Amino acid sequence: MSDHAHALETSTGLDSRKLAIWTFIGSECMFFATLISNYLVNKGRSLVGPFAHEPWTDPATGKVLEPIIEIPLVTVGTALLLFSSLFVVLALYGAQKGNRKMLLGWLAATLLCGMFFVGMQVYEFTHFVHKGLTLQRNMFGASFFILTGFHGTHVTIGVIWLATMFYLALRRKLPPERSLNLEMAALYWHFVDVVWIVIFPVVYLIR
Amino acid sequence: MATTALDQRHAPAAAHGEKTGLWSWITTVDHKRIGILYGSTAFFFFLLGGLEALLIRVQLARADNNFIDPDTYNQLFTMHGTTMIFLGIMPLSSMFFNFMIPLLIGARDVAFPRLNAFSYWVFLLGGLFLNASFLFGAAPDTGWYGYANLTSRQFSPGPNVDFWNMGLQILGVASLAAAVNFFVTIVNMRAPGMTMMRMPMFVWMSFITQVLLLLAFPVIAVALILLMFDRFFGTHYFVPAGGGDPLLWQHFFWIFGHPEVYILILPAFGIISEVLPVFSRKPLFGYAAMVFSGVFIAFLGFGVWSHHMFTTGMGPIADTFFSLSTMLIAIPTGVKIFNWMGTMWYGSLQFRTPMYFAVGFIAMFIIGGLSGVMHAPPPADLQQNDTYFIVAHFHYVMFGGSIFGLVAGGYYWWPKMFGRMLDERLGKLHFWLMLIGFNLTFFPMHFVGLNGMPRRTYTYPKELGFEMLNQIETVGSFILGLSFLVFLINIIKTSRLPRNAPADPWNGATLEWTIPSPPQEWNFDKAPSVQGRDPLWELKRLNGGPLPEPPLTSGAGIHLPNPSYWPLISAIGVTSLFVAIMMLPKWGPAGIVVAVALLFFGIYNWLFEKGYSEFRTPSHGGH
Repeated sequence: MSDHAHALETSTGLDSRKLAIWTFIGSECMFFATLISNYLVNKGRSLVGPFAHEPWTDPATGKVLEPIIEIPLVTVGTALLLFSSLFVVLALYGAQKGNRKMLLGWLAATLLCGMFFVGMQVYEFTHFVHKGLTLQRNMFGASFFILTGFHGTHVTIGVIWLATMFYLALRRKLPPERSLNLEMAALYWHFVDVVWIVIFPVVYLIR
Repeated sequence: MATTALDQRHAPAAAHGEKTGLWSWITTVDHKRIGILYGSTAFFFFLLGGLEALLIRVQLARADNNFIDPDTYNQLFTMHGTTMIFLGIMPLSSMFFNFMIPLLIGARDVAFPRLNAFSYWVFLLGGLFLNASFLFGAAPDTGWYGYANLTSRQFSPGPNVDFWNMGLQILGVASLAAAVNFFVTIVNMRAPGMTMMRMPMFVWMSFITQVLLLLAFPVIAVALILLMFDRFFGTHYFVPAGGGDPLLWQHFFWIFGHPEVYILILPAFGIISEVLPVFSRKPLFGYAAMVFSGVFIAFLGFGVWSHHMFTTGMGPIADTFFSLSTMLIAIPTGVKIFNWMGTMWYGSLQFRTPMYFAVGFIAMFIIGGLSGVMHAPPPADLQQNDTYFIVAHFHYVMFGGSIFGLVAGGYYWWPKMFGRMLDERLGKLHFWLMLIGFNLTFFPMHFVGLNGMPRRTYTYPKELGFEMLNQIETVGSFILGLSFLVFLINIIKTSRLPRNAPADPWNGATLEWTIPSPPQEWNFDKAPSVQGRDPLWELKRLNGGPLPEPPLTSGAGIHLPNPSYWPLISAIGVTSLFVAIMMLPKWGPAGIVVAVALLFFGIYNWLFEKGYSEFRTPSHGGH
C-alpha cells in the first residue's frame, strides 16, 4: 500500500493513472467524433431503403414499409445506461468508505444495466437484419451499424472491466486505498455513457 | 547495438539483477534502453526507406527507362513514403522522447514503463509486418495517403492495400499508447521547481506533439476501419456505386495527415531549440513566444487539411478559408525562425557538428517553408499539385527540416546516450555531403515540377527535356546516401574507442548534463531541484566555473520497476489481431478469437504481475 503514497508524489498531485485515463478519454472523443461525422455525412445517401425515419418501398415486393427505427426499446436501454452511471458512483462511494455491501450491490446493478444495454443492442441489430437492413444494404445501414456497433464494443469492454473489479471486490482485493482502480473504470464508464447521450438523439431522435 | 549495454563500470548493485544479454533487452522497461531500441530500429527502417528512394532515382536517371516496371515503382514510392514517415522520422523522434524527456525533466523514468515497452514492441512488429509485404510481392502500391477509390477491392484486388491498412492500424496503436504515456510523463513527472514555463523547449515541442498524436490518430484509425469494412465486409463508404463518396476519405485522411506533418517537424523544432542556445552560449531567445507559436502551429494544424484538396473543386468559400488558414501558419513558423536567429545573434558561436546541422536546418527549412507558402493560394496550387514541385517542397521540410534536426540531436546527445563522443571531422564531412547531396537531389525538382513533371509516374519521355535535371538529382541522391555511410563509419569507428565522454561535453544548460554519460539506470540519485530555465548554467554560475565530474553511485536503496515480458506478449496479441483480420474470411474468424484471447492473456497478466502492486506506477521522487 505504500506505493500509493509514492504515486501521489506527482507534479500536479493527481495520480498518473487517473491522468492517463483522462488523456485516453480525450483521444477517444476524436474517435467518436469521426464516427458521428461519418454517420451524419452518410445517413442521407442511401440509394435504397430501409430508412431511419421515412417509410420506404421494398423494390422486391413493391410494398411500402414502415421506417425501421423503433424508439421505445432503445429508450429503456438508454435510461438504464444513464442510471448505471449513478450506480457506479454509488459503488465507488462504497469502495472508498470500505462499505463492501454497498460496493458489491451497486457494482452488480451497474453490470446488469450494462449487460442489458448490450443485450438490447444485439436484439436490435438482429431485428434490423431480419427487416432487411445490413451493413451492405445502404449507406444508412453501414454508418448506423459502425457507429452504434463501436459504441456497443466500448460498453462491452466497460462491462468486462467492471466485472474484473467485481471479482476483485468479491475476493476482498478492492480495499479503500485501492479504490482508484474502480474510479478509473468508472471514469471510462461515464465517458461511454456521455457518448451515448450524443449518439441517441443524433441517430434516434433527430429526423 | 549490443555494444550499448551498460558495461561493468555502470552495473548497479546486485540488487538490480542481471542487466546484459538478449533477455534483458526483451524484458527491459528502462526508458533509456527503449529509446536505444527505438533509435536502432528506426535507423534500420530509415536506411531501408533510403534504399527504396535510391532505386526510384536510378529508374528516373534516364528518360524512357525500364530498370523498374511500373507496378514495382508504385510499390517503391508508396513504401518509401510510408516507411520514412511512420517507421523513420516518427520513431526517430520517439528515440529522443524516450531517452531525453525523463532526463530533461529530472525524472527517474516515464510514467508507465511497461506501457512504454509495449509501444516499442507494437511499433517493431507493425514495421516488420508492413515490410513483410515485400516477401509476398504485394507491397502497398497506392501512395502513402491511399486515396479512394484506388484502394477499393475493385481496383486493388490483392493484399497490398490490406498490408498498408493493417500496418498503419498497428503502428497507430503504438503511437497512441506512447502519446498517453509521454503526455502524462510531462504533466506529472517533472522535478520539483520544473514548472511548465521552465521546461526545456524540446520537452515543450514534444508535449505539443503528443497532443497532436492523441487528437489526430483516432481520425485515421476510424478511416482505416471504414476502408477495412469496404474491403472485407462489402460496405460502400468510399464507393460511389453504393452511394458512398471517395472524397470523404480525403477529408478524413488529411484531418489526420496535416497534424501528422507537425508531428514530424515539431520534435525537430525542439531539438534545434536545445542545440542553438548551447552552441551560441546564450539562452534561447523569446522562450514564451517559442512556446506559444508552437501551440499556435498545432492549433492551426487542425484547420488547414483541405489545402491538400484544392484540386477536388471544393468551391470558392472553402478554398478561401483553407488558403488563408494555411498562410496564417507562416506567422508562428516565422516567429520561430526569427527567434532561432535571435538566439545566435551576438552569441559566442561554437561550430561543433550539432551546430552545423542546426544552422543547416534553419536554412533548408526556410526554403521548404517558402515553397509551402507558394502553393497556399489555390490558383498556384492547381498548377503545382501532383508535380515534382510538391515533392521538392515536402522534402525540404521533412528532410531539410526533420532529418537535419534529428541528426543534429543525434550528434548532440550521442555522448549522453552512449558515453562516447562522435568524431568531429567525420561529423562535418557528413554534414557537407548531406547538405550538398540534399540540395542537388531536391532543388532541381522545383524546376522539373514547375515544368510539369508529374510525381508518382515511373518514367518520362525524352522530348520533355527533364533528363538532365533528373540525372543531377540522381547523382545528388547517391551523395546523400554516401553521407549516411560516413555517419555509420563514424559510429563504428568511435564505438571501438574507450567510453570516456564527460558528463557535460558541450557546456550544456539542461539537467541531462548533470549526470554521468551514459546515465546510470536510475538517472538521478535524487530528484533535482530546478530554479530556472537553464538550471545547469545557473549551477555553473553559482559554482564559478565547470562542475566536477559527477561520481558513479551504487544506487543502493533506489527502487526500479522490474523487467517484464508481458508488454511483448500483449504487443504480439495486438499485431496478431490485425494479421487475423487480413486472413478473413477463411482463417480470420478463428485467428481473431485466438488473437483476442492472447491479448486478454497478456493484458491481465500485465495488470496482475507479481512484483508490481496492481496498476502500480513508480514514483519519481528520491529515497
